[in-house]
Amino acid sequence: MSTHEHRPTRTRVVLAQRRGARMVRTRVEVQEHTEVGEAMVRGLVRAQLGLALRLALVTVGALCAIPLVGIVFPSLTTATLLGIRLPWLVLGVTVYPFLYGVGRIYIRLAERNEQDFNDLVED
Amino acid sequence: MSRTSTIWSKTDVGGHPIPTVTVLALVLAALATVAIGIYGVRLARTTSDFLVASRSVGPRWNAAAISGEYLSAASFLGVAGLIAKYGTDAMWYPIGFTAGYLGLLLFVAAPLRRSGAYTVPDFAEFRLGSRRLRTLSTVVVLLVCGLYLIPQFQGAGLTLNILLGTPGWVGAVGVGLIVIANVAGGGMRSITFVQAFQFWLKLTAVAIPALVLLVHFISEDRPLGSPAPPTLAQETTVDITTDVVVKVAETQSARATGMIDGQPVDGPVSLAPGQHELSAGTQLVLQAGAQVPVVSGAPADGASWLAPGNGLGGPHPLYQVYSLILATFLGTMGLPHVLVRFYTNPDGKAARATALTVIGLLGVFYLFPTLLGVFARLYVPQLLITGTSDAAVLLLPGSVLAGLPGQLLAALVAAGALAAFLSTSSGLLVSVAGVLSTDVLRGRVRDFRIAAILAGAVPLALSITVASLDVSRAVGLVFGVAASTLCPLLVLGIWWRGLTVAGAATGLIAGGAVAAGATTVSVLGGVSDHVWDGWPAVILDYPAAVSVPLAFGSMVLVSRATRHQTVAEVGRIFTRLHAPERLGMGDDRERELRSD
Repeated sequence: MSTHEHRPTRTRVVLAQRRGARMVRTRVEVQEHTEVGEAMVRGLVRAQLGLALRLALVTVGALCAIPLVGIVFPSLTTATLLGIRLPWLVLGVTVYPFLYGVGRIYIRLAERNEQDFNDLVED
Repeated sequence: MSRTSTIWSKTDVGGHPIPTVTVLALVLAALATVAIGIYGVRLARTTSDFLVASRSVGPRWNAAAISGEYLSAASFLGVAGLIAKYGTDAMWYPIGFTAGYLGLLLFVAAPLRRSGAYTVPDFAEFRLGSRRLRTLSTVVVLLVCGLYLIPQFQGAGLTLNILLGTPGWVGAVGVGLIVIANVAGGGMRSITFVQAFQFWLKLTAVAIPALVLLVHFISEDRPLGSPAPPTLAQETTVDITTDVVVKVAETQSARATGMIDGQPVDGPVSLAPGQHELSAGTQLVLQAGAQVPVVSGAPADGASWLAPGNGLGGPHPLYQVYSLILATFLGTMGLPHVLVRFYTNPDGKAARATALTVIGLLGVFYLFPTLLGVFARLYVPQLLITGTSDAAVLLLPGSVLAGLPGQLLAALVAAGALAAFLSTSSGLLVSVAGVLSTDVLRGRVRDFRIAAILAGAVPLALSITVASLDVSRAVGLVFGVAASTLCPLLVLGIWWRGLTVAGAATGLIAGGAVAAGATTVSVLGGVSDHVWDGWPAVILDYPAAVSVPLAFGSMVLVSRATRHQTVAEVGRIFTRLHAPERLGMGDDRERELRSD
């Protein structure tokens, strides 16, 4: 890792990019917060929030269901798999790959939302 | 054969010779920390280096550093102890500690980085444009970090006391000085390397003993979860260091000196089935094959220990589990020392990748404390008599394996425990020093150093003078406070345009007062389990299910009532928070600070 002492502020030389002046106008709409730009950002925020809430709901729902399943079907709490009790296997091992998987899905979909936004802005 | 286990005792290790290998391992871990810190110091020059490592830390380094910092003694020692004591339901602690990063990934990571803020109070000012709110968040950050630092220092003191028999203040002062020197020397720059190293050290120190014991366990073929309470393999002496109520299943004879059920005893005693109160200073000698009395509230026999639904001691186990899920899932989002590490990533995409990698690293790590907790119940059940089973991981290898292998494993575990104290307190100190130096002082490198020394010395002094708080209890308190203060501030600030200064301030004060107040009351003694069917007691112990909705609710309601205060700039702020960096809206706020 190198030091960046007084790293220059990042500036984008917009006109030097390939797709010409049409693009500049949409980008400026966002940067200058015109009504069109504002609407585009609102759309992005809504999409990202919806995605995060849906995945959070799935995760919290699944986690909170575990103790309830144990109460409703007590036989499951004494079942064993490979010599280990099911609750220990679920809580001690399988929960972690599940959390990681949800995280991966979120990143893929969130970046797709951002890509859509970029495409729209640079259209 | 007779053996003495002194558990969290403040005297000495009961005449044991101090194990040379353990001393060597502790010294090596401390030296490695200082050496890596010095390497980082050479790279640290500007204010931005000290506050956010100049935003240049990639996802892998940062994820290892975050995990290294996050896995405090509560995870390294506490989780195994809780599992040994409470069984299945205690596994919700590590699950919650990990799931917290999913919450952070979903709601906070990328927008927080894109805000360009360098501390949590700085984010509050960026979002709501109020100096007074910034000051209020500074107070909350100091409260959370201070509450977290004191038990880290105390835990270090107690751990060294168990391992080497040194007085409690020696470990606290030792860890305190190393941490203050590293942070004051190189700030975030040097701490990043130190914490990443300490994650791998801790993983090794917990994985190798767990795997060795697993092999030992499989080759020995001992049954788990027999319907009887845990029994002792040999005659064992237990020193009771804090007053404790234990549960006895069958009539139990033992030798004791001290106070049992308020009566002075000296010699053979017979404990009838039921509850008994053992006073501090009592010494209990249990014969080989004796059933171990278990702390009241914990499952006494193996069958109920194996089954879920027993909670974590006390009434209403299901409520405890749900409140714990809430506190840990949301609390991670509000921990200032975790949040500040996400500012060190170059951009929002890297911040997301970091959070995901942390979930992976923690998932691997927590497999091992779970195993160690199971083995602790099997091999060192005498720890279950005292309320503090945090010593399980430290004492386990030496009790199971004789001779050099046991000593080597014990030394490795000791080094890992020291790393846990060092890395967590370093992270806390960096975030406190960052906040103090930019909000109270003038934000120069010199101010950061002064702040680091002050912010380290005050909790250090307190940790030596104030009464000791149980590590896992203290961490529960901090998660509850963070989930009810900074978490709603960040989540609503990032996703809801309608948040106002008045709303944010109300939520911070209400959530913080209820969460901190409830736990303070319960630490000071609490309410009896018999009042109103035990609900007041359980809510005081696990306040998150009440304080978190209160904080969110009051923020939303007061913001709606003060709608005219909505920040005019909110459109611009939201674009910066959510639009990808390619748009070129980002700007790192620490550039406004002077760096000399």
